Amino acid sequence: MASGSALLAAGIWGWVADPLEFEFMQRALLAVALVGIVSAVVGAFVVVRGMAFIGDALAHASFAGVAGAFALGVSIYLGAIVAAVATALGIAFISQRARLRFDTAIGVLFVGAFALGIVIVSRQDNYTVDLFSFVFGNVLGVSWADLWLMAGLGAVVVALVAIFYKELLFVAYDPTVATAAGLPTRALEYGLLALVAVSTVVALQTVGIVLVIAMLVTPAATASLLVQRLHHVIFVAVGVALASAVVGLYVSYYAEVASGASIVLVATACFALALALAPRRGLLARWRTERALP
Amino acid sequence: MGTETERATDGRTAATPAVSVRDLWFGYDGSPVLESVTVDLPAGSLVGVAGPNGAGKTTLLKALLGLLRVWRGRIELFGERPDAVRDRVAYAPQVQTVDWEFPATVGDVAMMGRYGRLGLLRRPGAGDRDAVASALRQVGLEALVGRQIGELSGGQQRRMLIARALAQQADLLLLDEPMVGLDATTQHDLLDLFEQLRDAGKTLLVATHDLSCVAACFDLALLLNKRLVAVGPPSEVLTPAILQEAYAEHLLLLPTEGGVFVGHHGHG
Repeated sequence: MASGSALLAAGIWGWVADPLEFEFMQRALLAVALVGIVSAVVGAFVVVRGMAFIGDALAHASFAGVAGAFALGVSIYLGAIVAAVATALGIAFISQRARLRFDTAIGVLFVGAFALGIVIVSRQDNYTVDLFSFVFGNVLGVSWADLWLMAGLGAVVVALVAIFYKELLFVAYDPTVATAAGLPTRALEYGLLALVAVSTVVALQTVGIVLVIAMLVTPAATASLLVQRLHHVIFVAVGVALASAVVGLYVSYYAEVASGASIVLVATACFALALALAPRRGLLARWRTERALP
Repeated sequence: MGTETERATDGRTAATPAVSVRDLWFGYDGSPVLESVTVDLPAGSLVGVAGPNGAGKTTLLKALLGLLRVWRGRIELFGERPDAVRDRVAYAPQVQTVDWEFPATVGDVAMMGRYGRLGLLRRPGAGDRDAVASALRQVGLEALVGRQIGELSGGQQRRMLIARALAQQADLLLLDEPMVGLDATTQHDLLDLFEQLRDAGKTLLVATHDLSCVAACFDLALLLNKRLVAVGPPSEVLTPAILQEAYAEHLLLLPTEGGVFVGHHGHG
């Protein structure tokens, strides 16, 4: 019995430890953990503000920057960040000044930027797999240099959210009263969009343009089913994101499937579980409450 | 104005109106919503702001908050420019404009009333927590401090928004349609609260559709229909002639013994 469980423990340990003998897997694990933390922190605001569409838009728009940087031979991250932040600020500017609906401004700008990216790519004779790893994500291709850059950007994003948490909370909940109280609402709105843009870029290489939105929205959406204060939503979302990232990466290693998609599927499974079983807002709890009515 | 001494300012305080508006014009996309509004409202009064839909009630409150770039005119609150007395003015928006699904508790929202005073980079301290506790006690929500806002009843929702204004320790409370959709008992409780706050020295401007409420409980009625139609004690302002002017075809007036029955045509 004792030796049986020892054998089992050794087996599990081997299952966990074996992949980490490869340096690319160590880097991948750090990368997905980083992406999970940063995306979840910013994603909590994206979910409560109902701006899920914007993360998707910024990820697509950043493709123009990636393609442009590739064509010019400069850092792909630099290109992505410039394109994403410019699009974010453009969206905020258009919706505030032209008094268009937010989703209209997003719809116009992101497709425009994505199309620009495609035009740039189609002019390149020698585009390689590199570029397309940004579309579908390739966590195994993350270098130490990429990792340092992601860590630096992520630390700045998380620090800014921590420093301005009180203001971001007030503006997210009630922008009118926040403005009346003297908060710099417009600057905070632009700032939040810039944070979404940067965290999109941090996630880009790991999960790919198409799936970035899931890292922003799914963990925070799961958390908002489970807890009821914004800072709790952030902490639980980080937990869900970390768990999904690590489990998803292992699944992708053993099942030999795409890592980004595998991480997103684990997060989606967490969401489905919370939707069914959350203590108060879950479907089961609601069904029970309704059935208990006289 | 600029040469006044401190003492002169102090001596003036009692007589200085809480709200003083001169020739205020504002509108959206070129069409005016407020036309040359001029009014003085004394401190410590409970004022009902009434008028038909689109009369500019909310717009007037937002102008007082300094949220609008007015076309023309001057606003003074407690004898000063609105941005100089930001802390003393609080706003409770219409409940349907508030996101009740937002992950926050009653205490979280009430604490937001402190954020303007706190300024950037500072966390709430013991003084702020005391102010929040006292505000919640005043509106009778102290037991619900940890309640998720989505679980509040209609009356509790209004109370929470008022508690946030009280936590700010504001002297001028601008309340936008706080009575809409409440049953009679809850409305009555809310009116009691307004009177308590007025007796404690607050000035309340309450935008409302409910003229009978204004007639029964408010010190002053302000009738608005883009321009100021009338302002004064309800008994003097809520007369058939003036109401006819304010509401035009929107209102049904039936003379009854000792007063007027007021009904609305169609919706709201």
